[in-house]
Amino acid sequence: MNQETRTTFGTSHQMTQPTAELLRQLVAHLRQNRTQLREEWARRITEAKLLTAMTKDEIFAEATSVYDNYVEALETGTFEALQAYARNLSERIIPRGVETHEVVGIVLLLRDVLARSLFAKYQNDFALLNRILDAYEPAANRIANTVAVGFVQERERVIREQQEAIRVLSTPVLQVRERLLILPIIGVIDPQRARQLTEQLLRGIRTNRAKVVVIDITGVPVMDANVANNLVQTVEATRLLGATVIITGLSPEIAQTLVTIGVDLGKMNTVGDLQGGIEEAERLLGYKVVPSGETVDHA
Amino acid sequence: MQVPILKQGPYLIASIQSALSDADLLELRDAIVQQVGTYRSRGVIVDVTALDVMDSFATRTLRDITFMIRLRGAETVIVGIQPDVAFTMVQLGLKLEGVPTALDLEEGIAFLNKKGTSPGKEANSRGR
Repeated sequence: MNQETRTTFGTSHQMTQPTAELLRQLVAHLRQNRTQLREEWARRITEAKLLTAMTKDEIFAEATSVYDNYVEALETGTFEALQAYARNLSERIIPRGVETHEVVGIVLLLRDVLARSLFAKYQNDFALLNRILDAYEPAANRIANTVAVGFVQERERVIREQQEAIRVLSTPVLQVRERLLILPIIGVIDPQRARQLTEQLLRGIRTNRAKVVVIDITGVPVMDANVANNLVQTVEATRLLGATVIITGLSPEIAQTLVTIGVDLGKMNTVGDLQGGIEEAERLLGYKVVPSGETVDHA
Repeated sequence: MQVPILKQGPYLIASIQSALSDADLLELRDAIVQQVGTYRSRGVIVDVTALDVMDSFATRTLRDITFMIRLRGAETVIVGIQPDVAFTMVQLGLKLEGVPTALDLEEGIAFLNKKGTSPGKEANSRGR
């Protein structure tokens, strides 16, 4: 990556002054005006209503480090430090709800602030300004790119981690009585999860020799045709193993959705809540739960 | 590969031991439908525990056997479908509708016993 960067800097301009020299000049200028440019940048960020999740002081502190890293990346042409910083920054600000457009926005703002200061400085020598910009632009673009990509990658990493966490949390198959299993489903069911659930359940039925399974979907927030279809498949696969499924906890919203989209759950055994489901299952299995002290009615 | 059909009390037990060709399946069907009359059996158990694939032809044949046996006055139950097989079957839309199923041989016998004692009440079939 460095090499590529250096070639860009090196070959783009064989003018009277080598690009390296121009960059040095540029960096010197940015160092010299550090305070003023930094403040200008922080002001523009607040003005543009970016990073609203952060306080003014925090913005200024971050702006300072971004600025220094930015100048350093310009000077050295290496992006590792900046990349590491971008990752670190993202780690800190993602949990606070900072959006991608904000991060891209602040980096582009900095680019703009610096470019304007260059215009101001070199306004009398248009040719020199041109060459300075030629040296500045590719590096600045690259920096913007690095920071934005770093942010997005970090976000994706977080999302992946969360997905993994959900997958691992997934769903236990619990035996509550001899031959009676419960499968409480919490959260959104996607095709992958539906598949995993079904496989777990079928295996559970085999190992526990279950005859009745209560699937509780109280914790499932939404259901569309696909999810309903997955559920129907689970029920059918369960039947092939000789077990009966009772579905409990269909919320009013889900019931409405299912009827509206015309999914036929008629073949399914549904009971209002988990308690009712377990009672129904006990009935199917021939259990009778009696409060202690009372005698069992054998009739 | 011929499938042994064993007589066990009032029931016939056909235990499939390995993958069957279409011709084998048809042969099995004919033999079962024949023997259920010969032995005056009340029930038939087809054990598919050893099968790790179940295609549409096999599914249809099992369904045919069930319905034919029903016409001959007996009840059939398919036992021992493996979890993976069941999952693949529903994904392919092979549902064995109207065909009673049970976990294993023991469950199958329990199912048939129950049917024998309470006629007209289907414990675990789709026809409810």
